[in-house]
Amino acid sequence: MTDATHNTARSASITFGQFLPWLVSALFLLVMPLIFPSNAALTIMNQMAITIVFALAYNMLLGQGGMLSFGHAVYMGMGGFMAMHIMNWIEFHELPIPLPVLPLLAGLFALGLAMIIGSFSTRKAGTVFAMISLGVGELIAACSVIIVAFFGGEEGVSGDRTYGLPFFGIEFIRQIEVYYLTAAWLMISAVLMYLWSRTPLGRMANAVRDNPERAEFLGYSARWVRFYSFCASGFFAGIAGGLFAINYEIVTEENLNLAQSGMILLVTFLGGAGFFFGPIIGAILFTLLQTVLSLQTEIWQLYLGILFVATVMYFPGGLAGLLMMHTIPLRLGKLHLLFVPYLKMLGPALLCVAGFVGVFEIVFHIRNAAPGDTEMTLFWITFDSHDVLPLAVSIIAALAGFWLARRVVPELSAAWTAANTPDTERLI
Amino acid sequence: MRKTTRFGLSAALALCIGASAAFAENIKIAFIDPLSGPFAATGTDGLHQYEFAAEELVNKKGGVLGGKKFEIVPFDNKISPKESLIQLQVAIDQGIRFIAQGNSSGVANALTDAIKKHNKRNPDKRVLFLNYSAVDPALTNDKCNFWHFRFDANADIKMDALTDVIAQKPEIKKVYIIGQDYSFGKAVAAAAVKFLGQKRPDIEIVGNELHPIGKVKDFTPYARKIISSGADAVITGNWGSDMVGLGKAILENGFKGPLYTYYAASTGITAAFGEAGKGSLKLVGEGQINPPPNDRADAYATAFKAKYPDDDLGQPRIANVIEMLAKAIEQAGTDTDMVAIAKALEGMEHDSIWGGKVWMRPQDHQAIQNVHIFAHTDGVKHDFDNSGYGLLVESTVEMAGKDSPTTCKMKRP
Amino acid sequence: MDLVLINLIDGLVTGLLLFMLSAGLTLIFSMMGVLNFAHASFYMLGAYFAYQISTYLGFWMGLLIAPLLVGVLGALVERYGLRRVHQYGHVPELIFTFGLALLIEEAVQFVWGRDRVPYEIPEVLEFTAFTVSGFAIPAYKVFMLFISVAIFILLLWFLTRTRVGLVIQAALSYPRTVEALGHNVPLVFMGVFGVGTALAGVAGVIAGPVLSTFPGMAFVLGSIVFVTIVIGGLGSLSGALVASLLIGWLTTFAKSYNVRAEDLLNAIGISTPENLDESLWRDLWTITSPQIADILPYILMVLILVFRPHGLFGKRDA
Repeated sequence: MTDATHNTARSASITFGQFLPWLVSALFLLVMPLIFPSNAALTIMNQMAITIVFALAYNMLLGQGGMLSFGHAVYMGMGGFMAMHIMNWIEFHELPIPLPVLPLLAGLFALGLAMIIGSFSTRKAGTVFAMISLGVGELIAACSVIIVAFFGGEEGVSGDRTYGLPFFGIEFIRQIEVYYLTAAWLMISAVLMYLWSRTPLGRMANAVRDNPERAEFLGYSARWVRFYSFCASGFFAGIAGGLFAINYEIVTEENLNLAQSGMILLVTFLGGAGFFFGPIIGAILFTLLQTVLSLQTEIWQLYLGILFVATVMYFPGGLAGLLMMHTIPLRLGKLHLLFVPYLKMLGPALLCVAGFVGVFEIVFHIRNAAPGDTEMTLFWITFDSHDVLPLAVSIIAALAGFWLARRVVPELSAAWTAANTPDTERLI
Repeated sequence: MRKTTRFGLSAALALCIGASAAFAENIKIAFIDPLSGPFAATGTDGLHQYEFAAEELVNKKGGVLGGKKFEIVPFDNKISPKESLIQLQVAIDQGIRFIAQGNSSGVANALTDAIKKHNKRNPDKRVLFLNYSAVDPALTNDKCNFWHFRFDANADIKMDALTDVIAQKPEIKKVYIIGQDYSFGKAVAAAAVKFLGQKRPDIEIVGNELHPIGKVKDFTPYARKIISSGADAVITGNWGSDMVGLGKAILENGFKGPLYTYYAASTGITAAFGEAGKGSLKLVGEGQINPPPNDRADAYATAFKAKYPDDDLGQPRIANVIEMLAKAIEQAGTDTDMVAIAKALEGMEHDSIWGGKVWMRPQDHQAIQNVHIFAHTDGVKHDFDNSGYGLLVESTVEMAGKDSPTTCKMKRP
Repeated sequence: MDLVLINLIDGLVTGLLLFMLSAGLTLIFSMMGVLNFAHASFYMLGAYFAYQISTYLGFWMGLLIAPLLVGVLGALVERYGLRRVHQYGHVPELIFTFGLALLIEEAVQFVWGRDRVPYEIPEVLEFTAFTVSGFAIPAYKVFMLFISVAIFILLLWFLTRTRVGLVIQAALSYPRTVEALGHNVPLVFMGVFGVGTALAGVAGVIAGPVLSTFPGMAFVLGSIVFVTIVIGGLGSLSGALVASLLIGWLTTFAKSYNVRAEDLLNAIGISTPENLDESLWRDLWTITSPQIADILPYILMVLILVFRPHGLFGKRDA
C-alpha cells in the first residue's frame, strides 16, 4: 500500500515528467465548464472538487499516516461554520476581506481545532485514535444542535457570498465564477498536499505508519509525526469546509456528523488510500454515483455498500491500487497479453452484474411500487415486474454470467502471471 | 443588479437553459422533499397528494391559461438542506419555476434563503416557493420574503388555537411541555408558555424541556418524570419516531390525561398508537376530513384512497396550494412572470375544499384559515394507515390567528 | 426518593441490555483484536429476524431461532469475510466491519422497507408486574431483566467452568501457544464470533418490541456499544459489565432530573451574566441534563481515553 517505489534521489529537481500530470489537470479544470456549461453540471463539479480536497486531506491520515479517523468531518464542518460566520461578520462590519481568501481563514480555524484535539488524540495510533476520533466527532455533532450561538441549531448558519467588494471585478454571483474559485483552491491544495508528502516529514509519516518502533529508534518521535500530519490534515479539511460554505452558502449539522465522516472514509478507501491520486478517483466516482445513479435507481446505496465491501475484501488498494497493478506489465511491455482475457472476462462479468441488478430492481419494484403499477423500465426495456419471465431471465443471466466468468479465471490468472514475468533474456 | 465580467460563456449557458425552458408545455412544479431515507414515507405521501390534487383539481378541469396542465416533478432532497439546494439548482436548470417543499423547517429556511438570493441574482428566471408544511414562525416573520408563501398555519397560530381549547378546560391545572431540541421544538415551547400565561395564568407549567432529536432510545425516564410531576396534560411538537416513542412511553406508563400534539398521525403513527391513543391523543391542524365537511371533500378523500390505498390524505392543505396557484396563474394571465403571480396570490381569498376560507395575508404571506383540534379515535369515515383509527374534529377556531402580529417587513420588487 | 428507586430499575434494564451487546463485542475484540463495527447491525438483524419469525410462529420461537440464525450468519461473516481481510492488517479489518454495517442497514431496508415494522410485545407479558409507589413496572421489563441476568450467568459459567471456555481464555492471551498445543484457533475464532453476534441477536430480539424495530436502530445504539467497552477497558468482560451499568444509570438519571447548568455554575460561585441573550456563552448557561444525557457517555469516553487509556478495568490498550 505504499508509493515508496519512487526514486527519492531524483526528487530534488522537478522534472517535466513530474510536472506534466499537474499541467494536464489544470488544463482539464479550465476546459471542463466549456464542455458542461449548465448550472447543474457546475454544481456537480464544484461538489466533486470539494470532495476531492476533503478526501485528499483525509488520506494524509489514512493512507500516509495509517490513522483511521471516524470523525474527520468535524474539521471540515468547523471550517465551514467559521467561514460562514466570517462571511457574515465581513458583511456586517464591511471589512475589506475579499471572498477568495475565506477558505484560508477556514483552514486556519480548523488547524487550531486540530491542534487542540490532536494534542491528546494522536498520542496513540490504531484503535485508541479511532475511538477518540469517534467520541470527539459524536460530541461536536451533538453539540451542534445544543450550542445554537455558533452552530445555528438544526437549520445551520447561512450567509451571502456576494457581500460586495468585487475581487478584480468578480462578484461571485454566477455559478461559473464560483467554479473557477473552487478549481483554483483545488489545484493549490492538491499541489501543497503532494509537496507535503514529499517532505521529510511526509516520508516519516509513512515510516511511523509502517513501523513506529523503528521510527522511534531513528530518533523521530512517532507521536509528534502523527500530530503534525493530523494538524495538516485538519487544515486542508478546513479549506474544503470553506469552499463548501462559499458554494452552498449554508452549513448545517450534517456537515460534521458521523455519516459525513463515514462517507469520506468510504470515498478515500474506494479510490485507493495507498496512492496520492486514489482519493481523487474516489471522490469523482462517488459524486457521480451519488448524483447520477441516485436519479436512476432508488436503491443506489445498496449497490454502493456492496461495491465498498467487495473493494475491502478483494481490492484493498482500491481503484488506484487496481490501476497501479498494471505498471509492471506496462514497464515490461506486456500489457497486450492482458487485452484478450480482459475482453473475455468483460462479457460474462457485465452479464452477471446486469443479472443481479435485474433481480434487485424487480424485487424492489414488486415490493415498493404503488399498487396496480406493474410496469417498470430497466436497461431501456419496459416490462411487467409481476411477470415471472423477467425475474427468471435475470436470475439465469446472473448465474450464467457468474459461471462463465469463473471459467475465464484460470486463463486470466495465467495471462496475469505471464504479463508480470520478465523475459529471461532481458534480465541477462 | 450590476453587470459583471463576462466570460463569453454566459451566452452559451443562457442558450442552453433557454432552449430547455422553451419546450416546457406543462406548468411544472418541483416537489423537493425526502423520497428516500427515514422520512421517505412522509415525502411519498405528500408527492401522491400533490399528483392527485393537480390531476383532480386542475388538469381534469382543462388546466389553466387555456389548456396548460400542471405537472409535479419529484426531487429527492434526503431531508438535507445541502441536497435540497442542489435539487433546487437542478429544478431551475430544467426550467421549473414553482418549488413546493414542506418537510423540515431547516430545509425550508435554506430554500427560502437560496430562492431569495437566486431571484435577486437572476431576475429573468425567478421562482416561487410554495411552503405547504414547514411551520417555523420565523419563515413569515424575521425571515419572510416576497417569494415565500406558507399554506399551513404556523406553530404560533396552532398553539394559539390549542391554548384556546385548553383554556376552556378547568380540570387542567398542570401542564408539561416537552419537545425536540431544535428550532421548531423551541418555538412550540415558547408559544405554549406565552399563550398559557395570557389565557390561563392559573395553570402551572410543571415541566418545560427539550430532548435530543432522533437520538433518544428509550423514553421511559421522560415518561416517569412527566407522571411524577402530576401533570394533567402534555404538550409536544414531536414528530416521526420521537412522537411514537414519547407517546407510547407516556401512555404505557399510566398517563391518562390529554396529550396535545402537532404531528401524531398518518405514516404509521396512527397505527402505532391504535387503541392506546384513543381518548388521550389530540392533534392541532387544518383541513377537516372527518366528519367530511361537504360532499366534494368526501368524494375527493374517497377517490384519493381508491387511487393510493397505502397513502393517507395527511396534508389536506395541498389541495389549497394547487387550487390557489391555479387561480393566481389565471388572474395574472401568465405562468412566467413570478411578480404578477405572487401579487395575485397575496391577499387572495379562497373557498377551501375542506370548508371555510383561506386568506393569504399580504403582510407576511401566511395563510389564515380555520384551525381544528382533532381527536385520535376509531369509527371515522376516512381513517389513516388503514388502521380503523383516524382524526375527528373536536373543536374549531375560525380563521385562527387573523390578527396575530408579525415582524415581517416585506420587501416587494 | 421513589423516583430514585424506579430509575435504578430502569437504568438496570438499559445497562444489562447494553451489556449483552458489549459482552459479545469485547469477547470478539479480546480474541481477535477486531473492533466489530457491525456489532449493532447484528443486534438489528436479531430484531428483524425475530419479527419475521414471530409473524409465523409467535414471539417465543423468534426468541429461540433468531439468535441462532444471527450467530450462524456471524460465523459465516468471520469465515468468508473477516478471515480474508485479516491478512491486510487491522485498519482494513475495521473498515471491513464498517462497510458491513452500511451494507446490513441497506439490506434491511431493501428487505423490510424503511418504516418501523410492527414487532410487538407478546400478549402474555402485556400487564403491569408491580407498582412502586404509583409507577408501573411492565412485566416485559422484568422479563428483559431475567433474560439478561440468565445470559450473564451462562456466559460466566461457560468461560470459567468449561474446557472450551478455558481454551478461549488461554487463546486470549497466548494465541500462538494455544495453536502449538494443537487447538484449532481459527475454529475457536469463528465460534467466538458466532457466539458474540448471537448474543447481540438476543439483545435485538428482546429490545426490538420496546425500542421499536426500524432500520436506524443499529445506528442509534452502535457507537454507544463501542463507548461502553472502551470505558470498561478493551478486552475486559467485567469492565464491560461495570461500564454498561454505569452508562445505563448515568443516562437514566440525567434524563429524569432537570439539572440546569446555570444552577450548577451558580453553585460553584460563577454568577449568571446580566444580559444572557447577548452573551456568546448563552447556550452553555441554558443546558439541562436531559439535553446532554445521550452525549454524557462520549464525554466520559474521551476523558477516560485521555487520562487512562486502558479504560476502567483493561490491561492493554489496543
